[in-house]
Amino acid sequence: MAYPSMLGFQDATSPIMEELLHFHDHAMIIVTLISSFVFYTITMMVITKLTYKSMLDSQEMEMVWTALPALILTMVALPSLRILYLMDELNFPNLTVKAVGHQWYWSYEYTDFEQLNFDSYMIPTQDLTPGQFRLLDTDNRMVVPVNSPIRVMVTADDVLHSWATPSLGIKLDAVPGRLNQTALMTSRPGVFYGQCSEICGANHSFMPIVVESIPLDHFEYWTHSMLNNA
Amino acid sequence: MAENIGEKLKNYRTAPFDSRFPNTNQTRNCYQNYLDFHRCNKALSAKDQDVAPCDWYKKVYQSLCPISWVEKWDEQKENGSFAGKI
Repeated sequence: MAYPSMLGFQDATSPIMEELLHFHDHAMIIVTLISSFVFYTITMMVITKLTYKSMLDSQEMEMVWTALPALILTMVALPSLRILYLMDELNFPNLTVKAVGHQWYWSYEYTDFEQLNFDSYMIPTQDLTPGQFRLLDTDNRMVVPVNSPIRVMVTADDVLHSWATPSLGIKLDAVPGRLNQTALMTSRPGVFYGQCSEICGANHSFMPIVVESIPLDHFEYWTHSMLNNA
Repeated sequence: MAENIGEKLKNYRTAPFDSRFPNTNQTRNCYQNYLDFHRCNKALSAKDQDVAPCDWYKKVYQSLCPISWVEKWDEQKENGSFAGKI
């Protein structure tokens, strides 16, 4: 999860986020090399005491500084498009969960078999118990089985919201009257936090998202207990 | 096809991929299945046939559609103010 003075991304929990992390590393290296090279070249040009008064043109130089950037751009574009298409693959889900944004909480619906639905409110700061995270923990979490392709449908009840979980590499706008679909797969069990990512009024910063990923048999037990307690 | 519907319903996990709606926006997928369920019921009951095959559409729209949308449409149907053609 996020921590103070964090510089990079959160640890990846889904395969797509892993790909995005590696792509970011790749692009960052290229960007750093180009910037260092340009900075060095400009510095050398500025502080040199040498002069060359008969400079005209250089076809060879022009060829190099056209072809080389083209090659570099290709090296960035190809992995990027690969990930773009990977995100679009059919994922044949085993479960559908609906996340509905309200002012100012999320509600989750699991209606493949029974009509399980519940609200997920942020725990107010004064009610936190030791070990809970301020502005991030909620009373009910969106629980999903680990290692299982899941379809998440995001919509809103009133105004625009956005369902985001950085660790899973997902951000999807919640639009009233529209049903947006994304694929989710957690590669490891755990608890993953996110926050509403579209301004939606006074408590926009206080409607977080918590996804908890657990083994399948525990998930079945959880659905039973949620249905019985409802 | 009708013989397999029992099998399909028994093995139902969640709404499968529908190639008519391949993109992110699944609004129409939900709405279409809701319409298809009611149209199927209407058509089969008119011919005095078993309406069991229509349950497929019901399972799909229940998986996909938000509960509030379904409740709203059911209420509109009862009032006679539902806008869709059934």
